[in-house]
Amino acid sequence: MSMRTPLGKVLGLGSAREGTEHFWRQRVTAVANVPLTLFLVWLVVSLFGKSHQTILDTLSSPLIAIGLLLTMASMLYHMRLGMQTIIEDYIHAEGVKILLLMGNTFFTFAIGISAGFAILKLGFGG
Amino acid sequence: MAEADIRAKRPLSPHLQIYKPIPTMVMSILHRVTGAAMYFGILLVAWWLVAAASGPAYYEFCHAILSSWPGMIVLFGFTWALMHHMLGGIRHLIWDTGHLFDKETSTKLAWATLIGSVGLTVLIWILAAAV
Ligand code: HEM
Repeated sequence: MSMRTPLGKVLGLGSAREGTEHFWRQRVTAVANVPLTLFLVWLVVSLFGKSHQTILDTLSSPLIAIGLLLTMASMLYHMRLGMQTIIEDYIHAEGVKILLLMGNTFFTFAIGISAGFAILKLGFGG
Repeated sequence: MAEADIRAKRPLSPHLQIYKPIPTMVMSILHRVTGAAMYFGILLVAWWLVAAASGPAYYEFCHAILSSWPGMIVLFGFTWALMHHMLGGIRHLIWDTGHLFDKETSTKLAWATLIGSVGLTVLIWILAAAV
């Protein structure tokens, strides 16, 4: 005998009320992260140790700037979801858990806005 | 249920300290450890970008730290974590389709992940030294 209500079954959201959304977004960003990682590694390998002027010239290319924005967005979204799972796995005290989950969001946004601003500034010509 | 004593001495299932480590288990732990390490490591990427946007003097300072010995060791570790987590992640994505789950194959995949990640890391650093 199932204890689930017919409405609950149709909605399919489960006890966390989020359904499979977290899992699915972790997968979508994981798939996106593969080519974006290869792009980032290529970019860093070709720029590391180059002059500041070379960095400016390279990052002022729209394709490179757009690629970097996509990379940061996808990686940050992905790692925020991942860290949420880790927090939920290990932290069981409700108050601490909520604080850490908020901190997770603040950290991600702080990095995203900083990197995003820097990429745009460089993209628009330093 | 709200009244249940969650600290009561109930029997526990066997866990980390009891199981003998096996390749798939170690890879599972490493996937989490590398993901969590990069969660903080990405700060370096953001710092490098902000430094480049701040002008030549601050960029030189940032580069001097990243290219110091401790800096390079951290970056080498970051490269390995990224490659290992990427290959481990691809393994997860294959599993999500229901394939390559059986014991022998998943153990082989675990070793392939490790060997592949070390290989790619060394390759990237050889390329970096060459350009
Ligand atoms: C390079 C391509 C990447 C792929 C293919 C990938 C794939 C995945 C997958 C499939 C998971 C879910 C694992 C599970 O359900 O147990 C995951 C978890 C995670 N990823 Fe990634 N990832 C990538 C890059 C990154 C990056 C760059 C970061 C950090 C900046 C990151 C941080 C995390 C974290 C923190 C978790 C949670 C770990 C856990 O729950 O054990 N990943 N990744």
